[in-house]
Amino acid sequence: MSELEQMYREVILDHYKSPRGHGLHEHPDAQAEGQNPLCGDEVTITVKFGEDGETIDSIGFDGRGCAISQAATSMLTELVKGRKAADVAALPKEELLEEIGIPLTPIRLKCAILGLGVLKVALHKAKGTPLPPEWQNLGDDLHFD
Amino acid sequence: MTTQRLDAQKLRADFAVFEELTNGRPVAYLDSASSTQKPRQVLDAMREFYEHSYANVHRGVYTLAERATAGYEGAREKVRAYINAPSNREVIFTRGATEALNLIAYSWGLENLGPGDVVVITELEHHANFVPWQFIAKKTGAQFAHIPIDDYGELQLDALDEIATRGNVKVVANNLVSNTLGTINPVEKLAVWAHEQGAIMVVDAAQAAPHRHIDVQALGCDFLAFSSHKVCGPSGVGALWGRRELLEEMQPFNLGGEMIRSVALDRTSWNELPYKFEAGTPAIAEAYGFGVALDYVSEIGLDAIEAHEHELVVTAMDRLGEIPGLRIFGPPAERRTGIVSFELEGVHPHDVAQILNWEGVAVRAGHHCTQPLMTRLGVAATTRASFYLYTIEEDIDRLIDGLLKVKETFA
Repeated sequence: MSELEQMYREVILDHYKSPRGHGLHEHPDAQAEGQNPLCGDEVTITVKFGEDGETIDSIGFDGRGCAISQAATSMLTELVKGRKAADVAALPKEELLEEIGIPLTPIRLKCAILGLGVLKVALHKAKGTPLPPEWQNLGDDLHFD
Repeated sequence: MTTQRLDAQKLRADFAVFEELTNGRPVAYLDSASSTQKPRQVLDAMREFYEHSYANVHRGVYTLAERATAGYEGAREKVRAYINAPSNREVIFTRGATEALNLIAYSWGLENLGPGDVVVITELEHHANFVPWQFIAKKTGAQFAHIPIDDYGELQLDALDEIATRGNVKVVANNLVSNTLGTINPVEKLAVWAHEQGAIMVVDAAQAAPHRHIDVQALGCDFLAFSSHKVCGPSGVGALWGRRELLEEMQPFNLGGEMIRSVALDRTSWNELPYKFEAGTPAIAEAYGFGVALDYVSEIGLDAIEAHEHELVVTAMDRLGEIPGLRIFGPPAERRTGIVSFELEGVHPHDVAQILNWEGVAVRAGHHCTQPLMTRLGVAATTRASFYLYTIEEDIDRLIDGLLKVKETFA
């Protein structure tokens, strides 16, 4: 087994099979959902802020899709807990990708950063934090009517 | 007629891609339904054409331009013969099947559809033959109806009577072969029904033309579209065949050079068929290569290709069926081409495809541009293996071995 497969098995599968932060808040302070139309991944994220109204006190997610998308969102919940909304809004995707730790092709990259995008949308909606253009179409569907 | 056979092992020598080895093995390329690999015969012919016969077509009076035009128009004749169309004038070069289908939806649909009319597509249509009709139906106020499928992915034609009560059925659009399930659809029957309703029959043959004989006159359809890149030819070119009476009445799709007869400040008149629909400089060498690709597969024999793929699909379905937790979608092998879509319980198709890639097995994972079908099947995506003339049984062995590794990884 190659080293890559080993990583895939250990890191990704651990988060995929036992996701952290799984489950949504009933009365969240921030919420968003998004899809990756390429492979049908779906992620919904809810956030509760601390007393300062800025710090992510608790974050939960629900979703379905490939191991990369779900595991990456699981890792994300660990990465951002206790951080301020403004910091997370500015969080570069590279920080999350470092956590994931395996090289990803452009298509799989979209799976990996879906959760991060959804979180940024949630914070943008709740706090007006800046939303870089690459996230702006998340969850938008093309409707004819 | 003797049944033709093909020797896939021998044909693979025509494809340089199989000389490239990773860990001592060539790619097990199981994504030909997406796009096929290209034989040297096509690539060499295109290079030769570019080096010795290339200029813009139709307008030049010099020798090179004559040669280029002869090559381009020769390809049109090859397309005509390949689908047994009555006339060259009815064969239009497009960018591919998608553009051909858009051409019909816009040029025919915008002029001929309105409130009270019904556009009929099927639940297993590729988005290319679905979205343009959905869009034009909305734009014109026509209804958009679909023929449902049964649990085997086969069209439920008993729904037609009810659909006919909804209004004036004007268009029936269907793929001859489903790109996701491989289902061979009863297009002849649908064409008869369409004509009884006074509708046109539009056939997306992108997945059919590379794998079986196509005869537009026997099918009884009014329009038929297919792409070069799925039949060993270059990408960027495809063909639309349409009945002359319909094409004559239609307005152009793209406007510009080549498609005009005369232009004045206050009016323009259209060129004759097929040039009315070929505005701008076409994909000249690609069209030429398309023709060479049609020669290549015709020489191997479409009967032989069909028989070869059938053997492969029978083997693949038998062996996939032995894997616990694996579910195959679609009809039995007798009623499908060389396409198998499946899901592996508990593993997302993208994860399946990623791990298979590490084993050098190339499959497609996703919704295959058939989201309504995915919804009907109750899945977000499937994994699809598809075969062609260069597919060998060893490719299927490697697929099976790879899937066992996937199961092991996700166990």
